[in-house]
Amino acid sequence: MKAKIHVTLKRGVLDPQGKAIRASLSHLGIDGVEDVRVGKFMEITLKEIGAEEARRRLDEACRRLLANTVIEEYRIEIGG
Amino acid sequence: MKTAVLVFPGSNCDHDAYHALKRVVGVDAEFVWHKRSSLDGFDAVVIPGGFTYGDYLRTGAMAKLSPVMGAVRRFAESGGPVLGICNGFQILLEAGLLPGAMIVNDSLRFVCDYVHLRAGADRTPFTRGIPEGTILKIPVAHYQGNYFADEETLSCLEERGQVVFRYCDPQGNVTRESNPNGSARNIAGICSEGGNVLGMMPHPERCAEEALGSADGRRLFDAMVAWLGERPA
Repeated sequence: MKAKIHVTLKRGVLDPQGKAIRASLSHLGIDGVEDVRVGKFMEITLKEIGAEEARRRLDEACRRLLANTVIEEYRIEIGG
Repeated sequence: MKTAVLVFPGSNCDHDAYHALKRVVGVDAEFVWHKRSSLDGFDAVVIPGGFTYGDYLRTGAMAKLSPVMGAVRRFAESGGPVLGICNGFQILLEAGLLPGAMIVNDSLRFVCDYVHLRAGADRTPFTRGIPEGTILKIPVAHYQGNYFADEETLSCLEERGQVVFRYCDPQGNVTRESNPNGSARNIAGICSEGGNVLGMMPHPERCAEEALGSADGRRLFDAMVAWLGERPA
């Protein structure tokens, strides 16, 4: 089974890369972009352990390694 | 009196730290590979700078899981002096031995330069005898040295005297211009509540001899030796 994990900086934590990208988009003439937040995307392949158990394990993985909850938040998608 | 210099895959200031301790200050030092799970027999631990595990995921995120870090935690909890420099500081943050986290410099540039630091309360083994307000000239070299913590944590650090160094100008004024990376409240180094764990982005081991442009860094290692010498056996 597959899972997707999105890790992004929390609101309120400065994202200098996001700011620079937003400025570059504006230089390209792509208007209307109000904000850009850069994050990480991980695709994880798991044994068939059931969605609930997968979520439990991945939540622990995020808290203990994949995200730093001082500055980041994470979202887990199971399946797909 | 024996100091451990931890070595992880990707450490690159380990020899500088070893040199400053062993050859400049003259204290016994030994490299300790990260797979070791004991720090028995050591009196102080230095976690040197570098790019452990290529900074994969986040700076220090992989290194915090190395076997030696369990020993560092026990060593720190028993009151032993631990100094994390640059990536060593990032590892201590990731390991939760110090509060907060590092993000990318606000300039989005790698900064490699001498900076000035203003010393806070001299309650760590590495800064005892360096009076509050002392200005030290020590170099930094990092891309992710922008210290972040929520407001509550920052206020708590200040109230408890855990802010050990702040970036300042040559006169000691803590200004926005003298902040090389955007760190919250110009924080360059903090200590644990007990004071025995110090993390700092600047590199004292790179400026422990006048020949290198400044010998201010030596003061931290001298303080450590004095502190260890006075400690009851």
